[in-house]
Amino acid sequence: MKTKHFYGKGLPNVDPSLLKGTLIVIEGSDGAGRSTQIGLLRDWLERKGYPTVVVGLKRSELVGEALAAAMQGNTLNATTLKLFYATDFADQLERVIIPSLKAGFVVLADRYIYTLMARDIARGSALDWLKDIYGFALVPDAVFYLNVNPKTLAERNFQKRGYLDYWESGMDIMRVGGMYDNFIKYQGKLHRVFETLQKEFGFTTVHGGRSAFKIAKEIRNRIEKILSASSAAEKSAMALEISSVNNIHSDDHPA
Amino acid sequence: MAVKVPKEPKEIEGKLIAVEGLDGSGKSTQIRLLKRWLELEGYKVFFTEWNSSELVRQATRKGKKKKLLTPTTFSLIHATDFADRYERQILPLLKGGYIVLADRYVYTAFARDSVRGCDKEWLRKLYRFARKPDITYFFEVPLDVALNRILEGRPTLKYHEAGMDMNFSKDPYESFKIFQGKIYEEYGRIFKEFPAERVNATLPSEQQQANMRDIVKKRINLPDFKLRAQKGEKI
Repeated sequence: MKTKHFYGKGLPNVDPSLLKGTLIVIEGSDGAGRSTQIGLLRDWLERKGYPTVVVGLKRSELVGEALAAAMQGNTLNATTLKLFYATDFADQLERVIIPSLKAGFVVLADRYIYTLMARDIARGSALDWLKDIYGFALVPDAVFYLNVNPKTLAERNFQKRGYLDYWESGMDIMRVGGMYDNFIKYQGKLHRVFETLQKEFGFTTVHGGRSAFKIAKEIRNRIEKILSASSAAEKSAMALEISSVNNIHSDDHPA
Repeated sequence: MAVKVPKEPKEIEGKLIAVEGLDGSGKSTQIRLLKRWLELEGYKVFFTEWNSSELVRQATRKGKKKKLLTPTTFSLIHATDFADRYERQILPLLKGGYIVLADRYVYTAFARDSVRGCDKEWLRKLYRFARKPDITYFFEVPLDVALNRILEGRPTLKYHEAGMDMNFSKDPYESFKIFQGKIYEEYGRIFKEFPAERVNATLPSEQQQANMRDIVKKRINLPDFKLRAQKGEKI
C-alpha cells in the first residue's frame, strides 16, 4: 500500500502513516455529475462492505454556515474568501477526513483543494502561494476530474434548478454580455486552469459527457485496483509485524 | 467654457505602525497614546486591533466555545479574520494616505501559532499578502513582570488565551504562564528575523511614549499626513 503523505509540511500532531483508509476525490464543475457519481460509488462500496463517508466543501461544522452566508452576501474580498475556504477545508480534513481514514474508511470527497485552487487562479492568484497554503492537505489515493463542456454544464444546471449560479458564472470577475455568455466563458477558463492543475497534480480526467453508468464503470475499475492493492499490502504488513515479533523473541534467547 | 478643476494633490502612500509584545507589556496603552497624539495634531490616523473583524467573529466564537479548533484551523480562522480587516480597512486606508496603527500584527500569529505547533515557514507564507509595517515596536518586558501585571487581579482567563488547548497544565494560571513563556521565547526569535524598534516596557509610561514619538518623527514625514482640510486645500 502507498503510505499517505501530505503535499507539504502537513498538519501538527498527525502521522500520515497511520491513515489506513482510502481517499477518493471527485472534481468537476456544477452540473458535471459529481454527486451522481458519488452516490453510485457509495452504494457500490457499501455493497462490497467498505465503510464509506462523503465530505464536500462548505460543509464544515466550524465555518460552513458562515461561509455559505458570506457567499450570499457577496461581501468578502478575494484573500479573505480564499482563507475562509481554506479554514472550512482544514476543519473537515482534520475532524472528518483524517479520523475516518484512521478508522479505515473510504472517504469520498465531493471536490477538494483543486477546485479551490482553480477558482483562485481564475481570479489571478499564483499557484505557488496556493500550494504553500494547502501544504497541509493529504495527497489523495485517486482524483477524478469530470470534464464536461460548458454548454452541457449550462443545460444540466437549467434542468436542475432553472438558473445559473452567480459564482459558477464568474460574475464577480468578468462581464461578457449576459449571464449565459458569462457562464460559458468562465467555465471554459476554469477548464483550462484544471488542465494545468492536471499536469501539476496528475489526476485522472474522465469524459463526463457520457452516461452516468459508463462513467461509474470507468471510475470503479480504477478504485478496484487501489482497494485490492491496499488490502494486499495490509496483509503483508501484518505478516511483517508477526515476523518482527518472532525476531524479538529470538533475540531474547541468543544462541 | 472650460471649468477649472482643482488639481488632485499627489497621492502619498500611508504608513503602517504596529506594536507587538506579550499581554501585560503595556503596548495597547502606548499605541492608544500614540493615536491620541497623532489625531490631536491633526493627522489622518486609523487604529485597528487583532481579532476584531465582525464577519468571522461569530465563527471564531463558535469554534472556541465548542472547542472545535485545532492549531491549523485556529491559525487559518485568525488569518481569515486578519485578511478581512486587511482588505476592507488597512489596505484601502494606506492607499488613501492614512497612518494606520495596529495593535498586534502578523507577528502575533507567527508567535502564537508556532507555539501551538504550526510550521513557521507555512505561517510566513500564509501571511505573505500582508505588507510589512513601516515601524514595528516590540515591547520588551521580563516575563515575570508581564505575568504579574496580568495575573495580579486573578482575572478569568479564557480557554485559548490561557493556552489550555495545549495541555500544558490543568490549572489555567499555570497553563497561561507556560504558554506566555513559550510565546516570549518565540518573539525573541521573530525579532531577530524581522526589524523592530525595541521599547523598554519597564520604563515610566511617559518616557516610553516620548521615545516612540521620536521614532515616528524621525521615520515619517508627518506633514504629508495632515488632513486635507487642515492643509488648506480645496476639497
